[in-house]
Amino acid sequence: MSTRLTTGGRLLNKAKQVTFSFNGKQFTGFEGDTLASALLANDQMMMGRSFKYHRPRGVVASGAEEPNALVNMGQGGKFEPNQRATTTELFDGLTCTSQNHWPSLEFDVGVVNNYVARALPAGFYYKTFMAPAAAWKHVFEPIVRHSAGLGKAPKDRDADRYEHFYAFFDVVVVGGGVAGLMAAKAAGQAGAKVLLMEQTAHWGGRAPVDGGKVDGVKVDDFIDATVAELEAMDNVTLRNRMMGAGVYDHGYILGYERLTDHAPLLDGPRHRLWRIRAKQIVTATGAIERPLSFAGNDIPGVMLASAMRDYIVNYGTSSGDRVVVVANNDDAYRTAFTLKIHGLEVPVILDARPNGGGALADAAREQGFRVENGKGIAKVKGGKRVTGVAICAQAGEGAVLEEIACDAVAMSGGWSPVVHLWSHCGGKLIWDEAQAHFRPDPDRAPTSHDGNAFVVTAGSASGPLKLGDVLVDGQKAGEVAAEAAGFAVTSAEAPKGEVHDEAPLVPCWMMPQGAGPKLRMKAWLDYQNDVKVSDVKLAAQEGYESVEHTKRYTTLGMATDQGKLSNINGLAVLSDALNQPIPATGTTTFRPPYTPISMGAIAGEARDEVFQPLRRTTIHDWHEANGAFFEPVGHWRRPYCFPRGRESHADAVKREINQTRESVGLLDASTLGKIIVKGPNAGKFLNMMYTNMMSTLKVGKCRYGLMCNENGFLMDDGVVARIDEDTFLCHTTTGGAERIHGWMEDWLQCEWWDWQVYTANVTEQYAQIAVVGPNARKVIEKLGGEMDVSKEGLAFMEWKDGKIGDFDARAYRISFSGELSYEIAVPASQGRAFWDALLEAGAEFNIMPYGTEALHVMRAEKGFIMIGDETDGTVIPQDLNMQWAISKKKEDFLGKRAQMRDHMASEDRWKLAGFETEDGSVIPDGAYIVDHGTNANGQRNTQGRVTSTYYSPTLDRGIAMGLIHGGMKRLGDVVEFNKVDGSTVKAKVVDPVFYDKDGEKQNV
Amino acid sequence: MLTLQCPYCGVWAEETELHAEGEAHLKRFGPDSDDADFESYLFMRENPKGVHLERWRHASGCGKFFHAARSTTTLEVFGTYSAQTLEPPQDIKDKISAKIPNWSWREFS
Repeated sequence: MSTRLTTGGRLLNKAKQVTFSFNGKQFTGFEGDTLASALLANDQMMMGRSFKYHRPRGVVASGAEEPNALVNMGQGGKFEPNQRATTTELFDGLTCTSQNHWPSLEFDVGVVNNYVARALPAGFYYKTFMAPAAAWKHVFEPIVRHSAGLGKAPKDRDADRYEHFYAFFDVVVVGGGVAGLMAAKAAGQAGAKVLLMEQTAHWGGRAPVDGGKVDGVKVDDFIDATVAELEAMDNVTLRNRMMGAGVYDHGYILGYERLTDHAPLLDGPRHRLWRIRAKQIVTATGAIERPLSFAGNDIPGVMLASAMRDYIVNYGTSSGDRVVVVANNDDAYRTAFTLKIHGLEVPVILDARPNGGGALADAAREQGFRVENGKGIAKVKGGKRVTGVAICAQAGEGAVLEEIACDAVAMSGGWSPVVHLWSHCGGKLIWDEAQAHFRPDPDRAPTSHDGNAFVVTAGSASGPLKLGDVLVDGQKAGEVAAEAAGFAVTSAEAPKGEVHDEAPLVPCWMMPQGAGPKLRMKAWLDYQNDVKVSDVKLAAQEGYESVEHTKRYTTLGMATDQGKLSNINGLAVLSDALNQPIPATGTTTFRPPYTPISMGAIAGEARDEVFQPLRRTTIHDWHEANGAFFEPVGHWRRPYCFPRGRESHADAVKREINQTRESVGLLDASTLGKIIVKGPNAGKFLNMMYTNMMSTLKVGKCRYGLMCNENGFLMDDGVVARIDEDTFLCHTTTGGAERIHGWMEDWLQCEWWDWQVYTANVTEQYAQIAVVGPNARKVIEKLGGEMDVSKEGLAFMEWKDGKIGDFDARAYRISFSGELSYEIAVPASQGRAFWDALLEAGAEFNIMPYGTEALHVMRAEKGFIMIGDETDGTVIPQDLNMQWAISKKKEDFLGKRAQMRDHMASEDRWKLAGFETEDGSVIPDGAYIVDHGTNANGQRNTQGRVTSTYYSPTLDRGIAMGLIHGGMKRLGDVVEFNKVDGSTVKAKVVDPVFYDKDGEKQNV
Repeated sequence: MLTLQCPYCGVWAEETELHAEGEAHLKRFGPDSDDADFESYLFMRENPKGVHLERWRHASGCGKFFHAARSTTTLEVFGTYSAQTLEPPQDIKDKISAKIPNWSWREFS
């Protein structure tokens, strides 16, 4: 069993006991524990179940690479799934539950998958569920949905706060092990502004566990002294509980700082995402031990040798009483020594190397350990816990030589440098034959904007694993980085670390090397995703030769640990199956983040009202105070309607329309884009931007214009007013102002830069209010002022500057409703006062504001198109029967050439028409006009679609516009629109102008 | 998250401040052009592994469009330059040649 020892536990504060709960059971641990070490101390080796087969799983590792020990943490607004027990610091009151089982961790129904594992081989997702078609929906999908997924999705709103932090450094060092400390010190001493981050709460990495001396003092003391030195340096910032999450272009690096995960009662944000720009980055990210692939290597109790050592030294926790050590390298002997020192039994050390180990192996024999060279594990015995191992010759096929009882297995397949951050931004790797791992190739580093390397690796992340080499490499990395960041470096001699001679490891990708199919089926590569040696072999056999394809086919390395343990073993097995060297297979791509980071940290402060800026018109407050129901339009909120009391939205819209058509209404049109185009060549320029001829527009007049992109498709529309000979004011759609301004600038800056034109986006400089309806003129005249707004004084499609009441007004006689209408712009500062004045003046006419829905209905009644309704980026003006707005005299305008292409000129294009249902009902949004027959997929053929559809209060019936094959040639035809319920509704093709066809009302 | 120096206002701008605006040095073909030229103008774009000439806009800054010569593989920026030119300046071409002899991009080399 696993238990708390009386010895060890250098990170624990045994004076401070804490209580926590796991699956509802109360446990105790010590301050300084991780959740994993505390669970182990309570003999809770089994911490979860695997994803696919629901096999019992125990903790394997002691750090960020842990694939099995994932828990649901917290409750309510603090709930979070998939938290690694190994990186979760224990605190008083912690509650968590294990994942991926039903009804309980101990007894799980899903484990039936384990017994039908033969039917769930690699790629079973792609091979099963294919037929019959109906079975997917009714049989497979419900089952898959019930059993799939790790953890539970949070149900409540996240109760914590998060923030982003921007920072700039000369040198950022990732990893606070001895290499990182050395690098930070070297760079700091050179004068660089340095940030050193460490993902755990402790400095020194695993050096204190592995032991040894530096310049004659214990490595622990060396670490303390170095940290103290760094803390004393003003130009060095140290941050623990902060992970280097990703390295990006040009020295951009993300730091993920966990501020309160270990102490939820602390004030302040839970996570802080550091967005750092660094001149140089040092990755001192260490190395991760590899598992060995033998049958039953996933049974709880089988752990990485280094992790078992960590649990004893750091947390005073044993993983078992009798531990078999199995390895292909010398490092694992340290675990055997540690076990023995702390009074635990090691019945045998199995060294897979035919000639065994070096000095450490000799020392082991001297101390009386039984060491077996050339031996391995044929099979681990046990179910929810290891009960023993069967020993075999590594060179053979698994014939059992002996069975040994034990309750834990410490395995080591060698070490792989953590190359993730190096690789994120293009750093390349080389295969190191001696150590059997990929390590960064210093000659092919990630390069920055100046073409020079901006990442350098330090310590084990570079490849070397011995203390002495790590210290030297760490110091060198700090010096290289400081120098590259522009600091003068005086090379000092690195402290000397104690180095033991170690015999080289011998790669061991499968144990035993000749393991047959039965053993391979139980030899796990990826624990979390249940990928076994047999799956990778099968993938290779089925032709998945690329490592990227194999990954996706088998899901190897696709779990939340992203293959930290499984990657190298998996591709070694693949290489073997493909009979090619490992470097020829290569690795999959390393992508950020290094370990999952919280969605909250990514969002930072961007939630609720600061999620994005809200643009408010000068009249916005009035809308809010008067019960407006808003809809988002771009970053604006526009009133959709102004419901009164318990009035429904539909009733409000109807009231607003009736009032406007019968008397007078007000619209806050301030959001419409307003762009000034000015200069001697302004007319020539607008002739290019619009399909219409704008250069002939007379001063004082307005013209409605269309804008197309170079593909010929409509992109915006609006009224252009000529202010003087050199000046035009172009109105755009509300959502289009910035885009169209940019579009104009693009052509002026990049194509016709010799034309004398400048533009200014003055959208927010004006408040613009439409006064609309038969009584509009009376309301304006009542305000007084000098402006003549009579039919003769300000005719339809004219504009005029002057005083209306006390206001500096520019009045445009334009109409989007078909009624007598004035759109009046006043300086933004006068907007609200003008609105109030109009309301007061219009009181006797029952004046009321109307919203965007009334605007839409009224324009549809008039057959006016709306960008985004009638257009969708594939519609040209000709489709909307707007040839009248396309100048035939102009040689050129944007979109003209495209509109000459065959397909654009085709008679088969769907074109605009109006539609009236026979029963007066409203056609559903998005409905298609069905045609005879079906297409290749068995769907009804279509011959058109609705683009705008409304209930018209004016006509008291449903009206619609749409695009139909044949367009207005189909007048009088009766067609069918589909409905959501599968039925259709009949409608007649009519003129899209439903109201005041001759335009008399707007021209009075 | 690249950084580019705006050649107009001199600011070293981060990618969040910029808009990518597609390929540089496109020649516009208008109403008189034949189908092949027009198709090429509308749709045919370079997708190089290596040197690329691009348009960028300092959108959340001075608003100017400019050109950048950079490597899509090494992320090296050889230079940014005015959008009001028909070809990259000689000093930038030299800088590219120094790193990548015999480079070419459309008609430039």
